[in-house]
Amino acid sequence: MAIEKEKLIEMYARMLTIRHFEGKLKELVFGGEVPGFVHAYAGEEAVAVGTCFALLDDDYITSTHRGHGHLIAKGADLKRMMAEIFGKSTGYNKGKGGSMHIADFGIGILGANGIVGAGLPIATGAGLAAKLRGSGQVATCFFGDGASNQGTFHESINLAAAWKLPVIYLCENNMYGEFTPAAEVVSVEDVSDRAAGYNIPGVTVDGQDVLAVYEVVQEAVKRARAGTGPSLVECKTYRYEGHVIGEEAFIGERGYRPAEEIEEWKSQRDPITLFKGKLVKQGVLTEEQASQIEAEVIAQLDEAVAYARESPMPAPEEALEDVYASL
Amino acid sequence: MREIVYVQAINEALREEMRRDPTVFLMGEDVRIGAFGTTGGLVDEFGTERIRNTPITESGFTGAAVGAAMAGMRPIAEFLIASFMWVAMDQLVNQAAKLRYMSGGQAKLPITYRALYGVMGSAAAQHSQAPHAMFLNCPGLKMVLPATPYDVKGLLKTAIRDDDPVLFFEHGALGGLKGEVPEEEYTIPFGVADVKREGTDVTVVALGWMVHKALAAAEELAKEGISVEVIDPRTLVPLDKEAIFASVRKTGRLVTVDEGNKTGGAGSEIGMLVAEDDETFGSLKAPLRRVAAHDVPIPFSPPLEQFVIPDEGRIMAAVRAVME
Repeated sequence: MAIEKEKLIEMYARMLTIRHFEGKLKELVFGGEVPGFVHAYAGEEAVAVGTCFALLDDDYITSTHRGHGHLIAKGADLKRMMAEIFGKSTGYNKGKGGSMHIADFGIGILGANGIVGAGLPIATGAGLAAKLRGSGQVATCFFGDGASNQGTFHESINLAAAWKLPVIYLCENNMYGEFTPAAEVVSVEDVSDRAAGYNIPGVTVDGQDVLAVYEVVQEAVKRARAGTGPSLVECKTYRYEGHVIGEEAFIGERGYRPAEEIEEWKSQRDPITLFKGKLVKQGVLTEEQASQIEAEVIAQLDEAVAYARESPMPAPEEALEDVYASL
Repeated sequence: MREIVYVQAINEALREEMRRDPTVFLMGEDVRIGAFGTTGGLVDEFGTERIRNTPITESGFTGAAVGAAMAGMRPIAEFLIASFMWVAMDQLVNQAAKLRYMSGGQAKLPITYRALYGVMGSAAAQHSQAPHAMFLNCPGLKMVLPATPYDVKGLLKTAIRDDDPVLFFEHGALGGLKGEVPEEEYTIPFGVADVKREGTDVTVVALGWMVHKALAAAEELAKEGISVEVIDPRTLVPLDKEAIFASVRKTGRLVTVDEGNKTGGAGSEIGMLVAEDDETFGSLKAPLRRVAAHDVPIPFSPPLEQFVIPDEGRIMAAVRAVME
């Protein structure tokens, strides 16, 4: 599969943006500048980027509580994202959603969701709309291994399979649902095995390999656009941070992931290191270019943080707006 | 004027709105057949793409309506029985009700959730509930409880055209009720109460099936020389508070009648609104009274069921009490 050089570099830059975005946020959370909970996406960048680069701008996605990566990969504006996470009125959701709920309807991001598994029926409905309108769009639903145990997983995939809807169910299996190992609570080793129950294709792919993800999702998108129905794609991946940044404050020393495991994923299977190595080896990217890209990413993020800091807090009475379109 | 029954009025509203707007479609369990007579025959005109039989999948289709609405459609999703809404509570309450707000106004959710509600005769508690009061505590949802064929048609058309999620409660006992419905097109705005009977002594506020119980009670009470005004808000959200206040200021007495359970019911909210409005409160000549279902799940056996649901006798007793 030949991918243009520019696209490869763009993919690399986007992955790096996600990594630095989350790194920056971690500092800001510990610095006390960010209200609420932040679920960092670091470590899973290849999944979001591999997937979203196989989609068009007007294709739909639904995202999760760990959604920053999906949004950045789909092309969301860093300033408005950061402002939302800061609770500012210039944020995507005017400060009414925060980290877990960022939406950009202009580029098909139907919102991240704080309820595990809730995005599945919503993406299914977006796929139904695309089918009814004959628009050729597809809907991609990001969800985790945890959500694959929810009832909505079954209901949604069954519905989409029965109706042959253009939906890609994209499972990010990062091996833990909050603080519980998936191996203890998921009945199958590969979530993609569950596809057989719905008579649709189920594929497991290395979620640390952005090109492998891209290729598999492209296939699923092709199938969806052709009207053949949904696919279940499982990406095996890993989150570097805890379930939530700063979780040590409430779970204390009670560890649930071996330190060696975290270290192994970071040192052996880091999606950005692997992709960069590949690009450099293929002569697509030089070390110098890579440094330049990184400097640009960091500069963009600094701008985004400055924008968020300088933006005004919403006026308290704005809390009363946006409940209804009209009343 | 011609007369048609309640379910036929619903069928007409669906048909007219689907003809008017190609983004409107209907999905739910057995909608092709139309088990209760409301959707029968629509598939012949609109086909199986727009009249979609779903699996038995309440969370699935409730959420699919949310997604379809956010992606530019105007879905109507039907709960065969209102108690089945509990199966889909996350999608109704966390998603449909909240997503416009949580997205800072980006999401548009023009969804009509239709639900057959209330007592229809020995169906027991999982098929007999009037659940509207639970949703009063869920900002983001609108609620309609029509009592007549005329109201159900005009309000359903408004619900379908509305850009917010609407819970549209159709009463199981009213399906065969006949009433005047004009041939020509009309809609009824939300938030406008209807005075179903004018009176001067006591204001009775009732919704849905209870409007008819209240009217029957008023007829009896008239023989005793008590003049009852029956106000039907028709929509619980938005609620026409002014119409209620105006009536209570005139009569000085309020009895609410609600098919839902008494505690935390719609009557409780209406009563409190009256109590908080200084001018209306100042005009009261008697304490407020609520008539509602007793605080138990709806039982199966006919005498038990009849005992739990408000009837004319209980309404009359409450009216007499405030007249003393």
